[in-house]
Amino acid sequence: MALRQTLRKVTIIAERVLRDDLIELVKAKGAKGWTLAMVEGEGSRGIRASEWEGRNVQLDTLVSPEVADTIMDEVGSRYFKDWSVIVYVADVEVLRKDKYVG
Amino acid sequence: MNALAENLISPVVLCFVLGIVARWVKSDLAVPEPVYQGLSIYLLLAIGLKGGSALAVTPFGELLLPGVITLLLGLITPVSAYFLMRRFGRLGVEDAAAVAAHYGSVSVVTFLAAVEAVKRTGAETEGYLPALVAVLEVPGIIVALLFASGGGGTKGSWRKALHEVVTGKSIVLLLGGLLIGALCGPAKLVDVQPFFAAAFKGALCIFMIELGLAAGKRLRDAGKAGVRLLVLGCVIPVLHGALGVFAGIAAGLSPGGAVVLGAMAGSASYIAAPAAVRVALPGANPAYYLTLALGITFPFNLAIGIPLFQTLAKHFDSWL
Repeated sequence: MALRQTLRKVTIIAERVLRDDLIELVKAKGAKGWTLAMVEGEGSRGIRASEWEGRNVQLDTLVSPEVADTIMDEVGSRYFKDWSVIVYVADVEVLRKDKYVG
Repeated sequence: MNALAENLISPVVLCFVLGIVARWVKSDLAVPEPVYQGLSIYLLLAIGLKGGSALAVTPFGELLLPGVITLLLGLITPVSAYFLMRRFGRLGVEDAAAVAAHYGSVSVVTFLAAVEAVKRTGAETEGYLPALVAVLEVPGIIVALLFASGGGGTKGSWRKALHEVVTGKSIVLLLGGLLIGALCGPAKLVDVQPFFAAAFKGALCIFMIELGLAAGKRLRDAGKAGVRLLVLGCVIPVLHGALGVFAGIAAGLSPGGAVVLGAMAGSASYIAAPAAVRVALPGANPAYYLTLALGITFPFNLAIGIPLFQTLAKHFDSWL
């Protein structure tokens, strides 16, 4: 059994127009990769401009706990006021930890 | 009254109604996003190519005055929309600027519906009108954003908003199509003509179903926008449209062309503008601008605006 190590997975779900901004943000904060999916859902915010022309984006990235914290803080301070954005973090077990950090 | 009914009973308008009804009855009908995106590329490129091939055979001098008049319309309409929204709509600076950006820009589908309506009456429109759509698309959004930054409203990024408008798919495809059409000229476009011309109206019908579905959703929110905004959503297209028709006749367009220019000026964008406004004015409430542009003004223009502009064009033309 290969060695499993713990990392954090930060998940950001946001309006589609923020797609490129968010990718830039997580990379600038130290993420080495990301995965993006188009998703649908419902939350506390009402309608948004991108709603009728496409879905929301979900951006996942595997990072160290420190990077996860800075990403979450940055997303919060930059977007929470005016945008439909949620961000959460979870511990995950990965193989080949070096791929994601360092 | 007859012209009104005549305008409504067309495949394009009825497909829009079908979309609205499907939304009302909570049908599972949905145009898949890739299909919708594909159709919008097809439609925008087709419009561009058609306009471009007309540009190739139109002397530049003939374009100058209509081009300048259209640019002026693009500068005036966001200003009037902004002040109407501030004064009568009682919106804040940011919301009013966001709505003004939509009325300053142009709805391509309203443009198409106007061209179709004019054609049905047997009148002619200038082939280069799509070039005017491209001229009208951008300045309105910029003027409206200036209002917001003047009022201290902009928190978003100007650079990103401009990038969003200028490199958005509608401008890239329209300008690209115009350029390709103008370079190739009518003779070389014969090869692609079957694809872009024959299926055009059918594709537009499917596109209209999607717009109907989206508008149906917005109509449900219409009540929340308040009576004042609903009234403005019908008054602004009439004001801007009448101005556009008048300007078109004054610029020497045919009555049919003036109707189309009126419909362009009276329309509110809901493809290019929402994305740019969301980026530049994140604090503005999308419920206002989307509901007005897509839920109120677009159906209003389809049903009442365009026939009204046709009547106006007849009168203006006989006066001037």
